[in-house]
Amino acid sequence: MPILTVEHLTHVYSPGTPLEKTAIEDVSLEIEKGQLLGVIGHTGSGKSTFIQHLDGLLKPTSGVVRFNGADINADKALLRNVRFQVGLVFQYPEYQLFEETVFRDIAFGPKNMGLDEAEVRERVAEAAAFVGVPEALMEASPLELSGGQKRRVAIAGVIAMRPEVLILDEPTAGLDPAGRESILKNICAYQKSSGAAVLLISHSMDEVARIADRLIVFHDGHVAMDGTPAEVFGQAPMLKEMGLTVPAATEIALALRARGVALPDGIYTISHLQELLCAMGREGGIC
Amino acid sequence: MESTSTPIIQIENLRFQYSETDLPAIEDLNLEIARGSFVAVLGRNGSGKSTLARLLNGILLPTAGRVLVNGMDTANEATLLDVRRTIGMVFQNPDNQIVASVVEDDVAFAPENLGVPPAEIRRRVDEALRCVGMYEFRMHAPHLLSGGQKQRVAIAGVLAMQPECIVLDEPTAMLDPIGRREVLAAVEQLRQELGMTVVLITHHMEECVRADRLVVMSEGRLAADGTPEAVFSQVEQMHALGLTVPETTELLYGLNRNGFHLPLTALSIERCADAIADALNHAMKDA
Amino acid sequence: MLKNITLGQYFPGNTAIHRLDPRTKLIWLVGYIVALFLAKGWGGYALMLLILIAVASTAHIRAAALLRGLKPLIFIVIFTAILNLFYGEGEPLVQIWVLKITADGIRTAIFMVLRIMLLVCGSFLLTYTTAPMQLTDGMETLLSPLKRLHVPVHELAMMMSIALRFIPTLIEETDKIMSAQKARGASFDTGTLRERASALLPLLVPLFVSAFRRADELATAMECRCYHSGDGRTRMHTLRFAGADITALALCAGMIAAVCLLRGAGL
Repeated sequence: MPILTVEHLTHVYSPGTPLEKTAIEDVSLEIEKGQLLGVIGHTGSGKSTFIQHLDGLLKPTSGVVRFNGADINADKALLRNVRFQVGLVFQYPEYQLFEETVFRDIAFGPKNMGLDEAEVRERVAEAAAFVGVPEALMEASPLELSGGQKRRVAIAGVIAMRPEVLILDEPTAGLDPAGRESILKNICAYQKSSGAAVLLISHSMDEVARIADRLIVFHDGHVAMDGTPAEVFGQAPMLKEMGLTVPAATEIALALRARGVALPDGIYTISHLQELLCAMGREGGIC
Repeated sequence: MESTSTPIIQIENLRFQYSETDLPAIEDLNLEIARGSFVAVLGRNGSGKSTLARLLNGILLPTAGRVLVNGMDTANEATLLDVRRTIGMVFQNPDNQIVASVVEDDVAFAPENLGVPPAEIRRRVDEALRCVGMYEFRMHAPHLLSGGQKQRVAIAGVLAMQPECIVLDEPTAMLDPIGRREVLAAVEQLRQELGMTVVLITHHMEECVRADRLVVMSEGRLAADGTPEAVFSQVEQMHALGLTVPETTELLYGLNRNGFHLPLTALSIERCADAIADALNHAMKDA
Repeated sequence: MLKNITLGQYFPGNTAIHRLDPRTKLIWLVGYIVALFLAKGWGGYALMLLILIAVASTAHIRAAALLRGLKPLIFIVIFTAILNLFYGEGEPLVQIWVLKITADGIRTAIFMVLRIMLLVCGSFLLTYTTAPMQLTDGMETLLSPLKRLHVPVHELAMMMSIALRFIPTLIEETDKIMSAQKARGASFDTGTLRERASALLPLLVPLFVSAFRRADELATAMECRCYHSGDGRTRMHTLRFAGADITALALCAGMIAAVCLLRGAGL
């Protein structure tokens, strides 16, 4: 059974007022455990509205969201539990830190779950290790940390709830390349060892191309594409029509094909492209 | 106005420490910025590049050494206002640099401070808003604009000062791809229409590609300086600094390590594809 | 839920009311309040209500928008009404224990409620039809004589306009932080009063931290744009009284005179 099922989900903001706006319309999706999904789309395409339904922060105007088969909005106790099982890391999560120490901030979620002290301690240590927050910082004030470290602490605060679904809204926004790379690695590592489903919202095609095994493209409140990266990036013209970009590797591959180089569809990483070109080079006696 | 041959900014033996106990944020820096040039400053978070921006118009003052703008020392209180008027500054967070509740009132802020006559302010405001393509939005409330639009308003607000140089400190870090494109297009406009000197501080290498000079900072020091082509072809050095190079360079570099002989200076997708296609076609012919 | 706050909201438009000089509108508001306190009988209040309706319809502000502004004040309005209800003189109509309701009491209660509602609606009309920057500009010029008494008029006006500019930003931010903490299991609407109060900490701490950060960055950005307080500044929109303003001010004087006459006539 899928861990999350979304059936005909529609959300309308400010219904019945002049500001009425349909953010998402008739979205149906299934998300399995262990998947790493990349969610892409413009600002205003409905993806943020969509993810806020998955842990019940927004209520559907119509449609149902199911966690392990049960409607999450059916009763309050269930919803509260779902909040812990579906961890949501917002954009710029460092701005939500509030406790006196890093330890206490990471422990906020687990404490709200009503866990005993030993369990809380264990989870905090585990979560901190996952995102690379060193032991020595546990008693520091979150406000004293650098931007990148704050981001890690905030992500740890959600991971410490051991969610079965982890949703991250642009977790690498504003970080430099090395910082981006290291956070992505942490997320992949968490996904592998926990077996959780991970949804990664990103504006960087190169980023999702590298780590996701399934891509969902939102456009105008609908799911416009849903498939493997090869399938989605194989349709470069359609993505461009939506005003989205494709990974640089796809761009280069398309430009090479236009110049008569026989490359297949669905290339989306530099390493794959390099492999194919090297093989051709060997044939031609270059390598 | 100085003659066109003297640099607009001269930095001499600059050192800056936030406090006596801190490590210097900038150390031993010498740099001249030529009038009318487009200089990109690249570096990791914490490399001192934002500190450098704040030293250029006297928001921060050197601990040792000096910064000259059109020959005026930024540490000289008497000419500080002239320095600030010469070097316009745009920051990362568009929300935190817009003062007024209506777009055109915000753009008018700097000339109002400078005591410009009302009719002239009106003219400058309209001109600045047209230059960044925000004239139609002049009566809008800033908080209802998109990130890219807000950032363009911020640029217009600086333009209305009629500066000779504009320094942008990670202006696209908080924007989505569309916003990023809008802002970069506006910057391009400044260069082409007004021939303005532009200093763009960033950690996105793609944004540096169009600059005529690329300065790389690391740990408060100058780590590389040259044309983007020259700097990015030092792939190992860039990696060692925790920076990436454009995907095109990455691919060319990877192919060269496998026996190709390609120029690492082909930064654009088109030129990169040309180089690879040529090499492959030659090889095929020879074979 | 926080998005429903209408405090200080401006509805852009181009009606005669919108075009008036902000100083005229400020003086009008003061005049209107004075007249409200001078009004004593049915006649006076009817006139004040009529003026409000006339101004609102000229400005194309719908009644619903005005009444929405009253919502947060419902409690105060009801409280005042009840209090005044029992303070009347004369023959009691109803008597419960020592509390008596008289015809006079009912009358005062209605007048008090009317007075509060008109006062609030009048102020809302001003903010609905005047851009915040204009409003602060108007206040700054009207209060500028106080500069001689070393009152920092310009600084106060600047602070006010910045506060107005940042209200929507901070409201949006509050919503965001609230959602983020809810996602970590915080609940803001259940538990005892004490629990609810301490539940606000995860909301207030980040909000304050962010407000300080914003203030700091804004100050730097203002400095970069050559801000210095007071002297030597000019304005893009210079305030100028036009014919319409003179007429409006004359009407304002007429209103006060009319209310005084009605009061004298016992209406």
